[in-house]
Amino acid sequence: MTTDVHQLDDGAWISVNDSREVNVSDLWLLARSDFCGCETTDFLAEGFVEVGVDYPDIQARIAGQCIACGESGVTDWLTVGRVVDPDSGEFYGVVHESVHFPEKRTRLANAKK
Amino acid sequence: MPSKVEKWKDEVYGNEIREHLMEFAEQGWDAIPEDEHDAWFERFKWWGLYHQRSGQESYFMMRIGTPNGVIKPGQLEVIGEVAKEYASGPADNPEFGDAYCDWTTRQSIQLHWIKLEDIPEIFEKLEAVGLGTQQACGDSWRNIVGCPVAGKDKHEHVDAWPVAEDLHETFKGNDDYSNLPRKWKVAIAGCDEGCGQGDINDLAFEPAEKDGELGFNVRIGGGLSRKEPRLARDIDVWVPPEQAADVAHGMSTLFREHGDREDRFNARIKFLMDEWGPEKMRSVLQEEYVDFELETAGEDMRDQYSYNTGSQDGHNDHVGIHEQKDGNYYVGLNVLVGRMGADDVIELAELADEYGSGEVRLTQRQNIIVTDVPEENLDAFTSEPLLEDYSPEPSPFMRGSIACTGTEYCSLSIVETKNRQVRYARWLKDNVELPEDHKDFHIHLSGCTASCAQPQIADVSLRGMKTRKDGEPVEALDIGLGGGLGDDPRFADWVEMRVPADEVPGAIKNLVNNFEDAREGGETFRDFVEDRDEETLAEMVEPEETDYHDPYMHNTKMTWYPYAEDDDMQSSPAPTDGSGEPLPSDD
Ligand code: HEM
Ligand code: SF4
Ligand SMILES: [Zn+2]
Repeated sequence: MTTDVHQLDDGAWISVNDSREVNVSDLWLLARSDFCGCETTDFLAEGFVEVGVDYPDIQARIAGQCIACGESGVTDWLTVGRVVDPDSGEFYGVVHESVHFPEKRTRLANAKK
Repeated sequence: MPSKVEKWKDEVYGNEIREHLMEFAEQGWDAIPEDEHDAWFERFKWWGLYHQRSGQESYFMMRIGTPNGVIKPGQLEVIGEVAKEYASGPADNPEFGDAYCDWTTRQSIQLHWIKLEDIPEIFEKLEAVGLGTQQACGDSWRNIVGCPVAGKDKHEHVDAWPVAEDLHETFKGNDDYSNLPRKWKVAIAGCDEGCGQGDINDLAFEPAEKDGELGFNVRIGGGLSRKEPRLARDIDVWVPPEQAADVAHGMSTLFREHGDREDRFNARIKFLMDEWGPEKMRSVLQEEYVDFELETAGEDMRDQYSYNTGSQDGHNDHVGIHEQKDGNYYVGLNVLVGRMGADDVIELAELADEYGSGEVRLTQRQNIIVTDVPEENLDAFTSEPLLEDYSPEPSPFMRGSIACTGTEYCSLSIVETKNRQVRYARWLKDNVELPEDHKDFHIHLSGCTASCAQPQIADVSLRGMKTRKDGEPVEALDIGLGGGLGDDPRFADWVEMRVPADEVPGAIKNLVNNFEDAREGGETFRDFVEDRDEETLAEMVEPEETDYHDPYMHNTKMTWYPYAEDDDMQSSPAPTDGSGEPLPSDD
């Protein structure tokens, strides 16, 4: 089966194969990003703007704010989890409290709004 | 490429959703195919059902749309009974118990913890008395809002209630408008107080006179969401009451054809207004969507508006006892954060019957009005014990409080809202003294930027955020000041960001004291804010811990229910079957 990913309820959460998997209101630590001037961005996720699949990664661009410096905006592509076996469709979320590296470009097959 | 939601809407949307909903309800929660959950939950919104947040799967928020907030005789009792019988979940709320109604900022009603299996029975009970949930959420004409005392008020120039009712009947369930690019919010008012709140709706009719005739001027494109607040803009059109429906038809058809269906974030008509401007909006409406010559705008009454102006005289809200034009009285009762226990609702229905006509009305400030009370009944009515909790003469901090749904049920939320605002209001009442001449002071708390509590039009605006305190993430609020409506509406200036939620009452206390010291003469709070720059204002908001205690600092969104004894997400009983027994979960 193909992995079906979208954001719903005005970007409140990411659905992976009709299961709510990633929610707004979590804090993510972003390193090596130019989101703000902080060494690591202490990022509050307020809304999922775009989602896509770069097998096996599920990726998203997230609107939110650095709660250390106050800079707000939309991140580059972040891996929010993986679907390792497309047949089972099982989703493994990343630990959002650990450090993440947003990517400028991505090989998204089917980025969707 | 049209969005996913548009694809689902193309397949099934509007009235036809109902048969599917009923079928699923008959068969039970498990009957909804797992790979169709998202599509069906998106569609159910059209019938007023919103799937609650993570950890509360299989439970729905149900919204009942009451146009202009009018609840006719006999309806309130049914609303209370439905809430009592069906709106209780697996855990109680420590402030409000286990069954309650929320009166909303768009004059609607929200019930929570509704089970799919109970929906047919609930619909039957509501519809038997003329109530319904159709189009209460979803991409269509939403509940029409207006002056809650339309038809009763002494300040009224055009009775907007029959017009609102006509719009409701014309556009509810009408297949031509059932699938719009996004929600469509309409306000209509005929009084000179400005309490329709037209300025923050997609389409607004406000009273105006043209060549000696009373009708409405039209404004388009207001809205508060997503850090993109807009005031509705004047498109230089006046309509007589009998043509309001034609212009509404024209505007909502224009929106249907021109709204952005590829990007839901850009779909509201406020963004089309950004792109087109009012002149083009008017000319496209004239040329393509109405078949008569539009009149230019008439003379409006905005300079008389007093509602939510912060002017400290006139009608800032509808709380209190006011004479109607028929010589009876309406009694506006304060409902703190809009939430009322089901038993209280049932009791109020009895009192409204006994002392008034049985009719009540909801305001856009989450309060309730008992109308048609004869003068000789006023004393007995206002001495009823129920009115100690829902007072017509509340403290300004109780009266001015509005809060949205927040982390209790809402997916978008960042922070806890209603219970927190209840605690704020109590603490402020006991600890803060407003200047003598300030009877109105509005504090609105929204759990995120969607702005359901309309924070940008409050004296003190609070919006959900997070920060770190001693390294630990805690719930926090951005603080804005000086918003309000009136002739010259103004959105709040956000002056102090990410204040830990337990330091907000202290911040408001310091702000009020600093205002009292620094104000010149009889300067109102709103003028005071308008006349000072953000830096000066930011210095006056001094966040501070006090003896206020906040039990919700701990990132309540990560719980399955913020007030449950064991609130851990893993301990959620959801999803449950029709009788509330946990079902095996798919993940
Ligand atoms: C489950 C609970 C709720 C959810 C998920 C929700 C969702 C939203 C969203 C996403 C928006 C902004 C999006 C847009 O521009 O269309 C919004 C705005 C708004 N909602 Fe809610 N809402 C909820 C409850 C409420 C309640 C209780 C009220 C009270 C009537 C309410 C009234 C409003 C108002 C007045 C606005 C802002 C004004 C505007 O932009 O038009 N909502 N809501
Ligand atoms: S303002 Fe945000 S948190 Fe509050 S009810 Fe609306 S969407 Fe939910
Ligand atoms: Zn930063």
